[in-house]
Amino acid sequence: MIITPQKARFTQPLKLKSGAVLPEFEVAYETYGELNAARSNAVLVCHALNASHHVAGTYANDPDNVGWWDNMVGPGKPLDTDRFFVIGNNYIGSCFGSTGPTSTNPATGKPWGADFPVVTVEDWVAAQACLADHLGIERFAAVMGGSLGAMQSLQWALSYPQRVRNSIVIAATPRLSAQNIAFNEVARQAIMTDPDFHGGHYYDKGVVPRRGLRIARMIGHITYLSDDAMMEKFGRVLRRVTPGFDFDVDFEIESYLRHQGDKFSTYFDANTYLRITKALDYYDPAADYGGDLSKAFARAQADFLVISFTSDWRFSSARSREIVRALLDNRRVVSYLEIDAPQGHDAFLLDDARYFGALRAYFGNIAL
Amino acid sequence: MTESETIARWVTPGARVLDLGCGDGVLLKHLWQTRQAPGYGVEIDDAKVVECIRNDVNVLQMDLEDGLAAFADRSFDYVILSETLQAIHRQEPLMKEMLRVGREAIVSFPNFGYWRARIQIAFAGHMPVSKELPYQWYDTPNVHHCTLVDFEALCAKLGLRILERLVLTSGNAVTFLPNLLGSLAVYRVSA
Repeated sequence: MIITPQKARFTQPLKLKSGAVLPEFEVAYETYGELNAARSNAVLVCHALNASHHVAGTYANDPDNVGWWDNMVGPGKPLDTDRFFVIGNNYIGSCFGSTGPTSTNPATGKPWGADFPVVTVEDWVAAQACLADHLGIERFAAVMGGSLGAMQSLQWALSYPQRVRNSIVIAATPRLSAQNIAFNEVARQAIMTDPDFHGGHYYDKGVVPRRGLRIARMIGHITYLSDDAMMEKFGRVLRRVTPGFDFDVDFEIESYLRHQGDKFSTYFDANTYLRITKALDYYDPAADYGGDLSKAFARAQADFLVISFTSDWRFSSARSREIVRALLDNRRVVSYLEIDAPQGHDAFLLDDARYFGALRAYFGNIAL
Repeated sequence: MTESETIARWVTPGARVLDLGCGDGVLLKHLWQTRQAPGYGVEIDDAKVVECIRNDVNVLQMDLEDGLAAFADRSFDYVILSETLQAIHRQEPLMKEMLRVGREAIVSFPNFGYWRARIQIAFAGHMPVSKELPYQWYDTPNVHHCTLVDFEALCAKLGLRILERLVLTSGNAVTFLPNLLGSLAVYRVSA
């Protein structure tokens, strides 16, 4: 599947939850499959922290750049693009194409940098609704996402109840725990205390707070894997013949984390990282309802599929069960799968016969 | 008459149903098609959960042994436990939970007092293996078999009212000596 990324430009201002206003913005997206005549087969895929609108397929000029959910989305795959018109989108505030801190601020002609407002999950969904309008999609057959993407999937059912027939919510939480926020804060502190951060105005200084980004990513990776998966993958295996009794890399896991951190720091924007983690921290649809998630979901009209993974300690199955309980309280049509997979939070990206089989069956029953 | 026909007859049209240990969801599908009764199934087995989704039945993958905390008080008209009672470790708390969550409970189980089972134990001297109880003793999900008498004693102990009872053998209703001649029992009970 050869794909061409696209951009939609919106010149109407977008009022953000914080009260700030984006005077204009762009949303980067890709599409797979064909929109049918009834416009009833569109599925919006929402990405998590470090991914982008490049969900599936490859680029003609970059054949090795395979989309992040290519095992899930494509012809004959669980989300079958022979049947569905699938849209990958990049949320605003990102550094992969949609308007974000690295974009030009029209007021100054320079990159937004630290002046780019803090965006929320609700803001992302509002921008995605603009994209849906632009593509002529009144109602999605499904909105789907994992982790942070699942928050968008939930929020779609709350922000635009009439515009979503199915909300597919994978490895989700209805709100971050104090521990989740704590990890995010350590990551942000790593970035903000990097001498190259310059209060977020590092673009014109010609530097990048790479050390901070590295550490932020290393922390993230620890939370994406289960203890068992990490032990299984790396164990206590040494990178050198004997321990060095110094502070160079001894263990495989150290090497892995350094590698992941190094790689991430070359392509991810620090201002974006700060904003995404804040969007995660702030997300709490029950907040306006006295903490009562069941009341928050009273407005939802979609059918739901909720999937969690037993070894996910970042967003544990108990958090998904909170979502299920709120949906049951509102008598929503909902199915819930608790997949006994060992990999931890990252399991949502991996091929598992039960997980993929359930999605294939679920999509198969969506009438077009 | 089949068990699912019996249950469908008892379930009032449009009632809300929770089916515990719902398997591939065919009973729920049947209740939706014949009684327009919307419902949810609870199932723990991965393959069966996927089958439920394929059957377009709402399914929740949960362990019944953990209780029914996901469900609010009186949120269902009927909570069904179809041929699953004997596979549960702790019947008492589950029965109580069923009648917290539902107005009525419908429970079915293979009757261990069925004469064929009795003969296999009494004369052949081995644990019963039959159409209803197809497992060898060392390879069975069933951990707590009971007879009609045993189940009714449990209901009495828990203060439950038996509203209706149907005993079946090969699809025929059994009214004479049901604890001896019936292979499957279906009860409708309330608190």
